[in-house]
Amino acid sequence: MSAIAPVMNGQAVRMRKPMVNPSLIRAVTAIGAFLILWEVGARSEEWFGFTVPWVGLVPAPTAVLVAWGPLLADPGYWQSWWLSFARVLAGFIAAMIIGIPLGLWIAVSRLFRGMAFPVFEILRPIPPLAWVPASIIFWPTQEMSIAFVTFLGAFYTVVINVVGGAQSIDSRYIQAAKSMGSSGMDIFRRIILPGTLPSIFIGAAVGMGITWEVVVAAEMISGGGSSMGGSGGGLGFFIWNSYVGGSYEQIVVGMISIGIAGYLSSTAIRALGQRFTPWLSSR
Amino acid sequence: MHAVASTTEPTGAQTTALNASEMTLLHVKKSYGEKEFQTDVVRNCSFAIERGKLTVMIGPSGCGKSTLIRLLAGFERPSGGSVSIDGKKVTGPGHDRLVLFQETALFPWMTTGENVMYGPKARGQNTKEMRERGDYLLDKVGLTRFRNKYPSQLSGGMQRRAELARAMINDPSIMILDEPFRGLDHMTKELMWEYYSRLFEETGRTNFFVTTDIDEAIYLADRLIIMTNRPTRVRTVVEVHWERPRKLADLVDNDAVNLIKQEVLQVLHQEAMKSFAGGSKAAADFVNAFSKRVGG
Repeated sequence: MSAIAPVMNGQAVRMRKPMVNPSLIRAVTAIGAFLILWEVGARSEEWFGFTVPWVGLVPAPTAVLVAWGPLLADPGYWQSWWLSFARVLAGFIAAMIIGIPLGLWIAVSRLFRGMAFPVFEILRPIPPLAWVPASIIFWPTQEMSIAFVTFLGAFYTVVINVVGGAQSIDSRYIQAAKSMGSSGMDIFRRIILPGTLPSIFIGAAVGMGITWEVVVAAEMISGGGSSMGGSGGGLGFFIWNSYVGGSYEQIVVGMISIGIAGYLSSTAIRALGQRFTPWLSSR
Repeated sequence: MHAVASTTEPTGAQTTALNASEMTLLHVKKSYGEKEFQTDVVRNCSFAIERGKLTVMIGPSGCGKSTLIRLLAGFERPSGGSVSIDGKKVTGPGHDRLVLFQETALFPWMTTGENVMYGPKARGQNTKEMRERGDYLLDKVGLTRFRNKYPSQLSGGMQRRAELARAMINDPSIMILDEPFRGLDHMTKELMWEYYSRLFEETGRTNFFVTTDIDEAIYLADRLIIMTNRPTRVRTVVEVHWERPRKLADLVDNDAVNLIKQEVLQVLHQEAMKSFAGGSKAAADFVNAFSKRVGG
């Protein structure tokens, strides 16, 4: 929201704007405090002569940074980013393209709901990772099997949210639309679709988080499937490879990279959501 | 003196507005439940909603007014008798009747302007004339500056006004309003009465307005239908002869208006007492036993 508050009489009251965004200050402070505690904890052995349990075994943030530096110039590292992103995007977009219409159809048609929902509810509890072996057998390439598992991660969440969102649309809206001469396609397009949009974006945000979880695990299990080998098999494989190679700093680099990637993706979805559902943020 | 109340039917010919309908209820009965659990909510209810007039229905709360609205709108069918519009029997909802419900149902994802234009767009009439009509109505309800705001950014009273404009643009031949200003504070309510009656005077369409607020009923009504306690039927019809445009101050100052108010209050009070007595089985039994003993 802007610093201009709308007021009943049509005039705007300008509120004093703070020098720096307070939520930014809070975020920086929290991350800074976390890094300092981590650094002190990780270096307790050399600084104080005893090992803090758990944290003492983790590489210090400065050591992670030192390991990260050269990786930034390594095309294999960026290849990992790209591969994981591409897999997440492929699975996510497929889940949206198939999940949204399916969810709307289930919500709108009683007949289809009766047929599709039981099947859906039996398949839904199967964790995406349980699909990995079957997926590797069924799909011709490793890449497709990883993308398929990623797709499953987001798919169920998207469908459930779309169905719930469409069914919870207030019947007064539909009644009002009908009494003004609206019918069929028009009600779907101008009432049901925009009414479901907030739930679609909630489903997308949650689904995006799950795709990142799933893609990393799938890469670890399937061995990344990259021709570049080594550090070129996606961020999940990058972590696994670092573990096998004994580079603990790189494990942490991989973990933080996934954190950043996930944050970027969900920020992008939130931004899209605000763009397409302006009525929710303007109060 | 502008205002005179009479309980007789009007005799003179009425001005017949184009595209305005009239509705008639004849011996309407509506009951819910099965067999021995069946209760009548409406019984032997007959009245007319006259062409081009603002008919207000008032009655004790819980008397079955909302049931009557659903019957008029065609959402439900009567168990007996008939509901007809322009002589034709009502068999279901129709675009000739537009119902404005208690709670506001502006579409939250559309701006005020888009909400108002919903009906014309739905019927493929997104023409320049219609857009101008929308602008005019927005201006009439004082929302021109808020046309690009979403409903969540409007106050309660603004939302009701936007709803009025959204309904009016469809130019229904009969508009049915079910306590549309309920829950608003008194100042806002009075403002709404003025906006609404001006819109009514301008369009001259048939309006049917349900309320429990006596001031609202008298200020708005051409004809005031007072309902009985459940099972509901018409108790009294009061013709409110009060020149339009009406002044709010007359509700307090004008003796004739106050006379109508007293008359209406008296009738409503009797009905309320009945409903009070009927609500308590024990009290009713006591009264029965008492009167038997006195009689015997």
